[in-house]
Amino acid sequence: MNKIWLIIKREYVTRVRNKTFLLSTFLLPIMIVLFIAGSIFLSVKSEEKSKRIAFADPSEFFKPLLKNDSSKLNFVFDITIDTVNYTQKGFDGFVYLDDSANHHYVLRTPKAASMSTINSIENKLNEAYQNYQLQQSGIDKAYLDSIRKASSRYFSVDNKGDDDKIVNAGVNYAVGFGSGILIYITMFIFGAMVMRGVMEEKTNRIAEVMVSSVKPFQLMLGKILGIGAVGLTQLLLWIILMSALSLAATAFLPSDIMSQVQEIQSNPAIVNNNAAQFNEAAKLMANVSSLNWPLIIGCFIFYFIGGYLFYSSLFAAVGSVVNEDPQEAQSLMLPIMMPIIFGFIILSSNLNTPDNDAMFWGSIIPFTSPIVMMGRISTSPPWWHLALSMALLIGGFLFTTWMAGKIYRTGILMYGKKASWKEMLKWTFRK
Amino acid sequence: MNILELQNLKKYFATQKAVDDISFNIAQGDIFGLLGPNGAGKTTLLRMITGIFYPDSGQVIFNGRKFDPINDTAYIGYMPEERGLYKKMKIGEQAVYLAQLKGLSKADAMTKIKAWFVKFEMESWWNKKVEDLSKGMSQKLQFVTTVLHEPRLIILDEPFSGLDPVNANLIKDEIFSLAQKGSTIIFSTHRMEQVEEICNHIVLVNKGKKILDGTVKEVKNEFKENIYRIGAAILPEDLQNPAFEVIKHKPDELLLKLATGTKTNDVLQYFISKDITVNTFSEVFPSLNEIFIKLVEGTKNARQFQQI
Repeated sequence: MNKIWLIIKREYVTRVRNKTFLLSTFLLPIMIVLFIAGSIFLSVKSEEKSKRIAFADPSEFFKPLLKNDSSKLNFVFDITIDTVNYTQKGFDGFVYLDDSANHHYVLRTPKAASMSTINSIENKLNEAYQNYQLQQSGIDKAYLDSIRKASSRYFSVDNKGDDDKIVNAGVNYAVGFGSGILIYITMFIFGAMVMRGVMEEKTNRIAEVMVSSVKPFQLMLGKILGIGAVGLTQLLLWIILMSALSLAATAFLPSDIMSQVQEIQSNPAIVNNNAAQFNEAAKLMANVSSLNWPLIIGCFIFYFIGGYLFYSSLFAAVGSVVNEDPQEAQSLMLPIMMPIIFGFIILSSNLNTPDNDAMFWGSIIPFTSPIVMMGRISTSPPWWHLALSMALLIGGFLFTTWMAGKIYRTGILMYGKKASWKEMLKWTFRK
Repeated sequence: MNILELQNLKKYFATQKAVDDISFNIAQGDIFGLLGPNGAGKTTLLRMITGIFYPDSGQVIFNGRKFDPINDTAYIGYMPEERGLYKKMKIGEQAVYLAQLKGLSKADAMTKIKAWFVKFEMESWWNKKVEDLSKGMSQKLQFVTTVLHEPRLIILDEPFSGLDPVNANLIKDEIFSLAQKGSTIIFSTHRMEQVEEICNHIVLVNKGKKILDGTVKEVKNEFKENIYRIGAAILPEDLQNPAFEVIKHKPDELLLKLATGTKTNDVLQYFISKDITVNTFSEVFPSLNEIFIKLVEGTKNARQFQQI
């Protein structure tokens, strides 16, 4: 036991002190936050510029109908403008009728116009035509709008479970997908790290020196636990750093963007329009806090550790049978990676129906359960599903660790040739 | 007293009998040479002695009791042929780590490592990384980590490969002094001149079987071919006698193979009768290298062994 502890300590300390660990731990969250902040900044900025569009409307059909209410598009009706001189007169684009039979217009621009510009012009034209039709049939547009608005949220439906708690599918979706993908990614990162660690021992030719002092199983277990501790440390640091950085980022956002956001919030018209949505958001918040967070966090940690232990020993076994060539590792890794990827596919394609058969079996079988069960956890699955899944996962990682230990024992002392899966299976059942 | 007794050890792999019924004893304080061509089963044998492999049958008696890998590895220091170190670790930390795995406390390990580093003039290495060391330097470090915990049984597989003569001598002297302090040394190599120089007891294995066991002197006696060397001031060309056969003729030296039943004095008598002044007369023993090649090449399908 003391020896395993020494190995864990070495694996942990050498990795945590490593420059790449420090860089990836501290740079990744900074990069993610910068990326998000940057994209928010860019999207807000790009909306600011409005376009002046000249409109050729000889029949003067659109002139009374098209109103320049938004700041994005500014229509100007001037019969002196044509395709030749519109840029000289300071317009960004020129719209003219191309095919009256098919109601087809053309937007002429010096450079290709953006998708959103084309779409919004098209929408405006169609909206204008709709208004014209309404006027013709004697319907008051404002009256119609008020009916629509009043009726849009007149009735509401919520989903309540048997425990009388409101269930929010969106929150469940987010929690399930978020935690599932986190386990999926970390399983790959740290599984591969275990494999590389074992390969390092082999290529450095230290494996035999080590197993003359400790049992191969102790060596493997120490490595797996040590790297697992590195993984937990990194995960924890990422969570702390990400939340700290996102707080800091909001404080450091340029003031004009913040004022823009405030303007939207303080504008009574927009607030009124969105009253129903605010109500919805409040409900969402209530829902987030009504989730069984201790269960979710507890299960996340359990499935994170369980999934890691289940797969990392398999990665260790693969690492022990390959030599210097990373290509060899690739082909042997594939059968291990397939179930992980399969679990992720089950999760992402069935998240909307967390109670169907695929999700049930996926969350019970230990090959996929760490990922799939996290997708079900916020919908409070029956306790016996959870208990069965956890028991199978514990049994599963005991089995994979035992099997990997057998392969590892023979594999780390072999040089020269790569073992096939068939040979590895033979080693497993040898004394 | 025997520190190690191997009794009918067997280890079969899927395709070959790596160790096929080998028994021998090693006495406390011996410097023991385990010889054999490539693929003879030496490494498998050593791995069973160090507890890395379990024998299929037979047993290992260590220090009078049945070998218990978990506890007894603390008394064994093994430097395998495939040896290495963690490249990214600092040298001092690495030595401490390996010593701790052998059961030493951290403080104890530190003092012992420092003493060895002073002895081998390695004090300035402590904070260097293994990847900065040359092959010879890391070999010295490996030797230190092997013997650091003062094992009673030290197993060295090709300890001098890659060392220059100065460093090889340094290690050789340490091996002798460790043996004098009571450690037993098992020494596995292909370099016969080193075996002759260092070992007092040898075992030769080939194709999983023991084919030779004894002290260097015994082995040489067993394989001697009644060859004598005579040195004289002037040696005439026409030396003919039924008592011997001239193998090699130099102006001042003769190599003679005595016929069976001939006594050395008969030969000397002949020379005296010819009035040839004999300066030297000595028996020529075969070198271990010659014995080795003779034994190994004689076996069918033996892998060809490179003569050094």
